[in-house]
Amino acid sequence: MPDFDYLFFAEVLVGGLLAGVMYSLVAIGFVLIYKTSGVLNFAQGSMVLLAALTFVSILERGAPFWAAFMITLGLMVLLGLSIERAVLRPLVNKPPIVLFMATLGLSYIIEGVAQLAWGTQVHGLDLGIDDTPFEVGGILISKFDLAAAGIAGAMVAGLTVFFRYTRIGLAFRAVADDQFAALAVGLRLTRIWAAVWVTAGIVALVAGLLWGARLGVQFSLSLVVLKALPVLVLGGFDSIAGAIVGGLLIGAFEKLSEVYIGPFFGGGIETWFAYVLALVFLLVRPSGLFGQKLIERA
Amino acid sequence: MSARPLETRSPWPARAWLGPLALLAAAYGVVPFIGSTYLFDAILTPFLALSLAAVGLNLLTGYAGQLSLGSAAFMAVGAFAAYNFNLRVPGLPLVVSIGLAGLSAAALGLLFGLPSLRLRGFYLAVSTLAAQFFVQWALTKFSWFSNDNPSGVIDAPPLTVFGFAFEGPIGRYLFALTVVAALTALAARLVGTQTGHNFIAIRDNELAARVIGVPVLRTKLLAFAISSFFVGVAGVLWAFAYLRTVEPAGFNLDRSFQIVFIVIIGGLASIRGAFFGAALLVIFPLVLSRAGSFLLGGRFDSGALEMSQRIVLGALIIFFLIAEPDGLAALWDRLAKRLSPKPNHP
Repeated sequence: MPDFDYLFFAEVLVGGLLAGVMYSLVAIGFVLIYKTSGVLNFAQGSMVLLAALTFVSILERGAPFWAAFMITLGLMVLLGLSIERAVLRPLVNKPPIVLFMATLGLSYIIEGVAQLAWGTQVHGLDLGIDDTPFEVGGILISKFDLAAAGIAGAMVAGLTVFFRYTRIGLAFRAVADDQFAALAVGLRLTRIWAAVWVTAGIVALVAGLLWGARLGVQFSLSLVVLKALPVLVLGGFDSIAGAIVGGLLIGAFEKLSEVYIGPFFGGGIETWFAYVLALVFLLVRPSGLFGQKLIERA
Repeated sequence: MSARPLETRSPWPARAWLGPLALLAAAYGVVPFIGSTYLFDAILTPFLALSLAAVGLNLLTGYAGQLSLGSAAFMAVGAFAAYNFNLRVPGLPLVVSIGLAGLSAAALGLLFGLPSLRLRGFYLAVSTLAAQFFVQWALTKFSWFSNDNPSGVIDAPPLTVFGFAFEGPIGRYLFALTVVAALTALAARLVGTQTGHNFIAIRDNELAARVIGVPVLRTKLLAFAISSFFVGVAGVLWAFAYLRTVEPAGFNLDRSFQIVFIVIIGGLASIRGAFFGAALLVIFPLVLSRAGSFLLGGRFDSGALEMSQRIVLGALIIFFLIAEPDGLAALWDRLAKRLSPKPNHP
C-alpha cells in the first residue's frame, strides 16, 4: 500500500455505520423484551422473517402498500398477545434459561408457520426507495442505507418518547426497574408483557421491511438475530442507547475489518468477527460501553 | 440455574450403581442380539453420541452454571482433531487419537472459556457463540483440516482398537457404547468429588464459593475444559461411529441448540437426564417424520413436511418446558419416590 486512501477509508466507514444502524434495529427488539421481562428473545429473528414474508406475500397478491402494512401489523400484534398468553404466562418465575429455551422453541414454530403459509422461495421487496448512491465530499453513500438509517432513527426517537412521556411507557420502565415493586403498586405484569411483545413485533416488522428490501425476503432473514447478538453483548442487553452505539461500532469495525483485515484470512470473516470484537472489547474493558451495567449481571 | 440439593452421599453407593449396571448389561448382552440395523444406525448410535455431548454440556451448564451455546463447535474440533491425528501420525492407536481429540477440544474450550471470568449469564452464552462461528469458519476455510479434500467431506477411518475392528452397525454401536459408558462413569464420579462440589458451589453462589476457598477462576476454566473434552469425544463418535464422514456442516448452530435442548429437557445437573433428553430428541423427530409421511405424505411435498416437523418440535419443546421445567430427570425422581415403599428422608 503506497498511500493510505483516506477517502476510501471514510467511504467504508460510513457504509459500516449505516449497516450498523440496521443491526441496531434488530437489537432494539431484543432490548425491549429483555428490559421488561428478563427474557433473551431468540425468536426476534423469526418474527422479522414472519413480518417480512407476510408483508411481501400480501403485496404480491395485489394489495396496496398500506393495506399490506396494516394487515401485517395486525398479525404482529396478535402474535405478541398470543405469545404472552400461551408461552410467557405459564412460564412466569421460571429461570431465565428456561425462558430462553422457550423462545428458541418459539422461533422454530414461527419460522415453520411463516414458511408453511407463504412458501420458501425468495421474494424481492421494493419499498420505493431507490438505491442509487450519491456523492458527498467525494464519498459515495447509498440512498437506501441513508433512508434506512433515517427510519431507524425515527423509530428510536419514537420509542424514547413513548417510554418517557406515556403512561404505558412509564409502566414499562417501572417493570424494567423492579418487577416486584411494579406488581406491588398494582401494575398488571401480564398486560405489560403483552404490550412489550407487541412493540417488539412492530419493531420486527420495520426491521423485516428494511432488511427484506436489502437482502430479499427469505429464510436467511431470521439469521439477522446472529448479527444482533454481539451488538447486545457490547451495548448491554437492557440499554437502547447501547444497542444503537453497539450497532454502529460493530457495523463500522465489521466493514473496516472486511476490507483491511479480511484479505489476510481469505475473506468470510464476517460470521465471527463481530463476536470476537465484542469479546476483546469486554476483556479489555469489562464494564463495557455503559459503565457498570455490563459486568456481574446474573 | 436449577437448584438441586448437593449430593452428600458417598460417591460410590452400591445401590445407586445397580440400575446403571443392569442397564449396561442389557445394552451389551441383550440389545445386540435383538436389534435391527435401523435401530443401531438411526437411533442408538446417534443417541449415544448426543447423550455424551449432553453429559459434557451438563457438567458445564447444569453443574457449574455456565451456559454455553457453542457445543457443536467443540464436537467439530473433536471430530476433525481425531481425523487429523489419525491421518498425520502413522501408527497412532485410535484410542490415543480420540483421547488427543478430546484434549484438543479441551484446549479450545479453555480458550473460549476465558470470557467466563468476566461475563455471566446470557452475556457469556452469547460470547460462546464466537466459538461456534469461528470454528465452523476455520474448518471450512482452511482445507488442511479436511486434508485438502475438494468437497470438504471426508470418510472416517475404520474403528480398530488393538487389532479388533468394530465393524457394521452392531460393531459401531458397541464402540460408541463402550466410550460413552466409560466417560459417563467418569462424569458421575467427578460430580461427587471436591471438583464437582466446587462446580456446584460456583453455580449456586459465586461469592460464597470464593469465601469458602473455592478457586473460582480455575474451577470455571476447569469446567470449560472438562466439558469440552466430553463434547469433543462425543463429536468423534458422531462423525466416526454415526455419520462415518467428517464435515463441518453437520456441526452447525442447530446442533449446538439441540444439545442445549437435551440438557434442559432432560434436566439440569443430572447425568441421567442427559440420556433421557437425548432419547427424546433422537426418537421424536423420527416418529414425527414417520407419522407425517404416513398421514400427510400424499398431499404435501417434503418441504412442507419439514416445516410441520419444525413447528411440532418447537411446540413440543415449549410444552415440555411448561409441563416440567426441571426436566425429565425430575419426573423420573418423582416417579421413583412414589414407587418406593419407604419414605426416603425422615
